[in-house]
Amino acid sequence: MSDSLGEGKLAVMSSPEGPAAGGDGAGPAPSPARRSKGPDWRKRLEIVLLAGPAILMFVTFVMFPVVLAAYYGFFKWKGFGPPTDFVGLQNYVTIFQDATFQDALRHNAVIVVLSLALQGPAAVLLALLLNQKMRGRSLVRVLIFVPYVVSEVIVGTGWSLMLQTNGAINDLLTKAGLPGWTVDWLSDPQVAIWSLMLIITWKYIGFAVILFLAGLQSIPTELFEAAAIDGATYWQTQRRITLPLLGPTIRIWAFLSMIGALQLFDLVYIIWGQYVAATAGTSTMATYMVVNGRNAANYGFGNAVAVVLFLISLVIALTYQRYVLSRDTEGALTEGKK
Amino acid sequence: MATMTAPPLSPTSPRPEGSRKRPSLDRASWLTYVIAFALVGICIGPVLYIIIGGFRTNAEITTDPSGWPSTWQFVNYAEVLESSIFWRQVANSVICGVFTTLGVVVLGVAASFVLARYNFSGRNAMYALFAAGLMFPMTVAITPLYIMIRGLGLSDSLAGIILPQVAFALPTTIIILVPFLRAIPKELEEAAAIDGASRLGFFFRMVVPLSLPGVVTVGILAFIASWNSYMLPLFILNNESMYTLPLGVQAFASQYSVDTARVLAFTSLSMIPALVFFSLFERRIIGGLSGAVKG
Repeated sequence: MSDSLGEGKLAVMSSPEGPAAGGDGAGPAPSPARRSKGPDWRKRLEIVLLAGPAILMFVTFVMFPVVLAAYYGFFKWKGFGPPTDFVGLQNYVTIFQDATFQDALRHNAVIVVLSLALQGPAAVLLALLLNQKMRGRSLVRVLIFVPYVVSEVIVGTGWSLMLQTNGAINDLLTKAGLPGWTVDWLSDPQVAIWSLMLIITWKYIGFAVILFLAGLQSIPTELFEAAAIDGATYWQTQRRITLPLLGPTIRIWAFLSMIGALQLFDLVYIIWGQYVAATAGTSTMATYMVVNGRNAANYGFGNAVAVVLFLISLVIALTYQRYVLSRDTEGALTEGKK
Repeated sequence: MATMTAPPLSPTSPRPEGSRKRPSLDRASWLTYVIAFALVGICIGPVLYIIIGGFRTNAEITTDPSGWPSTWQFVNYAEVLESSIFWRQVANSVICGVFTTLGVVVLGVAASFVLARYNFSGRNAMYALFAAGLMFPMTVAITPLYIMIRGLGLSDSLAGIILPQVAFALPTTIIILVPFLRAIPKELEEAAAIDGASRLGFFFRMVVPLSLPGVVTVGILAFIASWNSYMLPLFILNNESMYTLPLGVQAFASQYSVDTARVLAFTSLSMIPALVFFSLFERRIIGGLSGAVKG
């Protein structure tokens, strides 16, 4: 621990000092005499000064932890003192042999697929619908975005109260004359994953709709006019013009959705807690990591799970970028153009 | 109303072309309102359930979970507003939110300016570095990050929340801001240079004011993300007096699980700031998010 402490502190401390010291030097430096050498030196200093702190913060708190995880993952370590009990790949062997992890991985796969399958088509249809001229459209846009802005804790607390066995949803079903439809939404392993999908869809579909609406608005109206002149029906127009032109937006959304679903933690942990998620069939790799890593004080193991989670996300992200996103020349993730 | 009358007319219409087009358009718009209304209801319903539930009594909630308050009880909200725990958590959340936002804006604008207006080798690599950060939310880094923060002596402190939050908000910020800064016309920079302003002078006198709309967008996004942040505080904060609102809501909900009405009141009060900020700046936030994804 001691050496990681020293290193980290140094990296952080040097961030506010570096630019400040540099700033003093850069202030009185407008040198007309050294014209050939000056601007280049000055430019470099400015770049370091302006971008340095951000890069330093980013590398320290975003990149460096992943490196640390890779290191700690080789140890059996309770989190106190420097890790000494080197176990090689033992943690990784344990992870992949653990049936609980395999369950979590399977749940993650289901969540990824269902997120795309449930939210994608629904969001496209809703965006097409809301793209029409209608009264109160901007109000609708705001209101469907509300679930996205409300925090996971509030969503989890509210929905778990509503989905309780004697909660509001079952009560409403009974009132609506459907007492046969009442189920244990949260504890029945057959149902729980669908309840989770319901909540995820509710929370995140507004984001997809808003993105798709923005994508639709960037399609030139001349194309629709031309299609109308050629006698295309509404659905023909949507299929031949709108969907292909919305493609890049859909593909980026699908990417963000997959990454989010792979790393899902908050909602599951808040609603099902650390003990029930596995038995209810909603545990994810991230909840597995927290329960078996931090909560069990097995930090070496927890870090190994983090590495597995990182590698799985990375492979999927790179594969997706290589084979799907590469078609879009102006994707935000691939190039900083425009 | 007019749309309701359209369908019966269509069969009598003589021209197939016109008959097919008109009613389908009209009916679509009638349906549009119904579906839009249902959609809004589904999206808002659970939020309203939380808010309205706070105005009911526990007995009511138990006997009739999905009912309307028979008399509106203000006592739940009043009790939460009078508790010092709630306000301490509000203060912690505000501190985290404000400093995260400040940090993100200052570092993000500076780095975006470099990416948008300087030509240097390694610029693309730098952009790719931040863009790659978009792929990895905090989940992947949280376990080692916690050890690192603890090693820095920042566990149980708000600084231990703020610093990582700034770092993790940088990718979105930079991806939203770079196009903004790039859109500032080159002529302005040249004019400023002719008037004797250095590139840094141009940065402070022209870029910062001109990019204010983008800055507001990323600032609000960072604030809302910080306000709602759960996983990082869960790891870093063990001392209840340092809890931010999300942890507070959860602790309150498990501590007073029998007192459902008060939990609901606590929950609704804790979402107010994010909702207020969002509704004030909704256009900018939505524009910024969709702009970022479109590239």
